[in-house]
Amino acid sequence: MSEQPILRVQSVSKRFGGVHALENVSVDLFPGEVLALAGDNGAGKSTLIKVISGVHRPDEGKISYDGAEVTFENPQKAREQGIETIYQDLALADNLDVGANVFLGREPMKRVLGLPVLDRKKMRTEAAEALRVLDIRINRFDLPLRSMSGGQRQAVAIGRAIHWNAKVLIMDEPTAALGVPEQRKVIALIKSLKQSGVGVIFISHNLVDIFAVSDRIVVLRRGQKVGEAATQATNSDEIVRWMVGG
Amino acid sequence: MSEPPTANRKLQTADTKPPSAHPIDELVSERTTWATSVRSTVASMRAWIFLFFLLVGFEIWAQLAYHTTFLFNPFNASSIAVFTVGPLLLALGQTFVVISGGIDLSVGFTMGLAAVVFSKILNLSMGVLPDPLALVVALVVALLASAVPGLINGLLIAILRVPPFIGTLGMYGVARGIAYLMAGGTTIPISNPVVSFIGNQSLTLLSIGDFRVSIPILVLVTIVLTVAMVFMLSQSRFGRHVYAIGGNRQASLRAGINVTRNTIALYILSALSAGIGGILYTARFTAGAPQAGETLLLDSIAAVVIGGASLFGGSGTITGTVIGALIIAVIQYGLVFVNVEPFWQFVAVGVVIIISVLVDQTQKQLSGARTDE
Repeated sequence: MSEQPILRVQSVSKRFGGVHALENVSVDLFPGEVLALAGDNGAGKSTLIKVISGVHRPDEGKISYDGAEVTFENPQKAREQGIETIYQDLALADNLDVGANVFLGREPMKRVLGLPVLDRKKMRTEAAEALRVLDIRINRFDLPLRSMSGGQRQAVAIGRAIHWNAKVLIMDEPTAALGVPEQRKVIALIKSLKQSGVGVIFISHNLVDIFAVSDRIVVLRRGQKVGEAATQATNSDEIVRWMVGG
Repeated sequence: MSEPPTANRKLQTADTKPPSAHPIDELVSERTTWATSVRSTVASMRAWIFLFFLLVGFEIWAQLAYHTTFLFNPFNASSIAVFTVGPLLLALGQTFVVISGGIDLSVGFTMGLAAVVFSKILNLSMGVLPDPLALVVALVVALLASAVPGLINGLLIAILRVPPFIGTLGMYGVARGIAYLMAGGTTIPISNPVVSFIGNQSLTLLSIGDFRVSIPILVLVTIVLTVAMVFMLSQSRFGRHVYAIGGNRQASLRAGINVTRNTIALYILSALSAGIGGILYTARFTAGAPQAGETLLLDSIAAVVIGGASLFGGSGTITGTVIGALIIAVIQYGLVFVNVEPFWQFVAVGVVIIISVLVDQTQKQLSGARTDE
């Protein structure tokens, strides 16, 4: 594992009214590391990733990214810096093809007879390249995502994040909506992502997935960090004990 | 051009992995067979095929019943083209709106409003200004007036989040009332030679002996507008964002697309395209009428739907809409030509709308589109 953490969350607290959604939580993420975030419903996992990705601002504590303290006004700003979040719904336009989705909102243009037109070829070839880097093969780039499988769509969402130079990728339950074979493929995808030096925060309820893919596990309960361990040094019994507080 | 940002982050292990490491490889083949692509080609050609059989059907009918030709009669062709202009102009803007997941019910009376404003301003300014200038002033004011309902629709829908159906239904009433009030409840005749020339003359494009190809100016103007709309929808960022908003509004927001501004622009575009319809209506009938577009609203939505757009948003093309508008015009004109009582037109168009939506749904299921999740 490399020297400097790409992301440091230090003593962050977040309150909604009287509810302590996060209390004094500290987490580090290193480049090329997969950090699993575990915890029961309402443990604060979502709040934590929303604080990191710029949806919420912390009430106390600070976040450093790439060695410097940061405050993101909104998710757009976080994304521009290289912190991408892939939510469960993937945020894809299912009626458009792969290239259009990778370049959604940032479409390249070219000039034909002096008129600006969409550069479809560039979108297609660069999208193909982004997916190839991730070791994903999709042979029809002209079809809408609607006609693709859940795993492929997940791959497109990840490919898009990587193409725009994500250094930190937050994945919220990436395997939850998938069948077992596709879950395995997404796990393989996360492993290859790790190889390219991206730091991944992986939220899951599924302990099998967590143990299959993560390097380190952080467990939250009622807004507090109640446990942290290297994946190799722990087991699911311990994690469950932390989760339920037994 | 800069290097793609991914260029320097190739995976070290990519080349050494065995083929089985392609995570989602085998899923591809089963879903993109040739049968799927044949089906999707047929789906996109559906409206063309229907138009073809419609024309052949009327030809056979005319031959059997009246021993005359329907298809090979230049007068018929030109009449159908002129017939298509009104519904098509409303349908061009409507296509954008429907693709974005909305609907614009106010276009018919926006068209009437533009027709009334155009006639009024033209009549007022012709006494004061030289004719060409008066025409320009009337054009500009009519277009601005027609943009107003679109702007209000857009603000209601994009910012106040009023459902498009309700917002534009309200505007339907408002535009209707204002158009009638301005016109004093009647039609406003105009007498401007340039305008009536545009409305009723044809340009001869080709003339060899007896063989002449001429196109009504109304139709030419509509063709130019249609080409511009095709370009805007298929080649511009705006067009792409319209599809994205209709496909997944939330995803468009997260991708940094300015959904609010695009939505407002959409409804202004729809209103402007209706406004141009109103101006051309005035040119054709040398009078502006508040009810100019009253019967055209349904035709415009029908053209968009027959042309393959989904009322749930996310799909549709201008070319499809043009074919849809032609289908409606051929049905209406053809039934008159073979001497069927005119009220059957409404029945026929209604049936075609329902059938095309049914076919669309069936085809979506057949082509393996996801209906779940």
